[in-house]
Amino acid sequence: MLVVSDLVKTYPTGDRALRGVSFTLEGHDAVFVIGSSGAGKSTLLRCLNRLIEPDRGSVRLDGQEVTTLEGAALRAARRRMGMIFQEFNLVERLTVMENVLSGRLGYVSLWEAWRRRFPPADVEAAYRTLDRVGLAGFENKRADALSGGQRQRVGIARALVQRPRILLVDEPTSSLDPRTSEAVLRLIVDLAAEDGIPALINIHDVPLARQFARRVLGMRSGEIVYDGPAGGLTGGTLGQIYDGAAGLAPDRS
Amino acid sequence: MGPVAWLGLGVFLAWSVVNLDVNPERVARGLARLGSVAARAVPPDFSRGGLLADGILESIEMATLSTLFGVLLGVPVAVLAARNVVSLPVYAGGRATITLGRTLHELIVAILFVKAVGFGALAGILTLTLNSVGFFGKLLAEAIETIDRGQIEAVRATGASRGGVLLYAVLPQVLPRIVGLTIYQWDIHLRQSTIIGIVGAGGIGATLYNAFSRYDYDFVLAILLVIVAIVLIGEAVSAVARRWVE
Repeated sequence: MLVVSDLVKTYPTGDRALRGVSFTLEGHDAVFVIGSSGAGKSTLLRCLNRLIEPDRGSVRLDGQEVTTLEGAALRAARRRMGMIFQEFNLVERLTVMENVLSGRLGYVSLWEAWRRRFPPADVEAAYRTLDRVGLAGFENKRADALSGGQRQRVGIARALVQRPRILLVDEPTSSLDPRTSEAVLRLIVDLAAEDGIPALINIHDVPLARQFARRVLGMRSGEIVYDGPAGGLTGGTLGQIYDGAAGLAPDRS
Repeated sequence: MGPVAWLGLGVFLAWSVVNLDVNPERVARGLARLGSVAARAVPPDFSRGGLLADGILESIEMATLSTLFGVLLGVPVAVLAARNVVSLPVYAGGRATITLGRTLHELIVAILFVKAVGFGALAGILTLTLNSVGFFGKLLAEAIETIDRGQIEAVRATGASRGGVLLYAVLPQVLPRIVGLTIYQWDIHLRQSTIIGIVGAGGIGATLYNAFSRYDYDFVLAILLVIVAIVLIGEAVSAVARRWVE
């Protein structure tokens, strides 16, 4: 369970990215965050695992306060949050298997990591996860030899192999074509459900969110202005989220 | 620029010409003397091949060892001098180290090391190693600073330690650059190793200096031809090896 309360982040530029964000994630629901670019969606995700330091507020994952952690304890908390990125962020010159195993870096010693000597259980888990994302047999390919959809599947495998308690997913489909987008999103939602973990998914594409989401958070200017079922995304609420005319749902950008 | 500044510049230049005794007559005499030196240098004297080979071999050994040591030191220094992987105070220290390695010309550094450890190749190896920390460290630090941040972010997000991020996100991205720079550094060191012998830091430069002081111009020419050949070969090896890496 993830409990976020009153999260605030102001960048040194004066940009108030988060102005007191609160919400709770329970069970294994995939919750979609929509909102225009600059609404604070990416900042929100990165403040949860503290790739970006929030100024104020609280993030509790399974009862543990994350915002005060330091060093090894912070890294242990990050292990429990799998992250998936818009640009996939695979290490291009490494193989698919090395990329997936990098999801275990929080668990092994530096010496083991250097020698690529991950525990057999980790390697087994990596093979199993590659199979789950539909990339069995791809383990020795280099990441930069894959298509966009395949790369994102590796990204998903890297996150899942951490055995996270939650998935943080940042615009997973913005670099993909529509058909691949849908397949990738379905994969994320299904695998999170199988593993019984919640996923917080930033997304631009409102129709896609409607298709997959039960619950949607709408962000505008660093605040959550909508928290409700996907069915409740009427023209009026969308107008509120996107700051535009009622009934004008924005396309993928 | 105002008229006062122009006048000042004119006075300075005129005074320099007088003070440094720059005059065409001396240049003409010098050229004539250069002609006679050249005449005595031809044909080049390769009869002392053993001495020549020893000097060249020592230069190559110096270049190779100092490249090895320089890279071993330069890689960590480069990491410490890359703003995107370390904190600001560490970065300042890393940059300072690189600047230190680059401030003084290698001939001055060579003189200092000759004073410290005595004549010979050791002083040369130390000189070129220090030079590497500046050159290799600076270029690698710049390479690290331009790598893709997304890959770093992703590996950090897995809960990896700083070392884990370096091994899995930074190193793979700069490894080709490290190999390329190492070869290039060796090529440069080969060239430098032919000169620092003049101040006593070993290699073919020492042989060259001795030949000059004995007015053995034909031997000097032989040495110069071998240096040119070795530098050209080094450049060719370096070019082929770098193409092979990339």
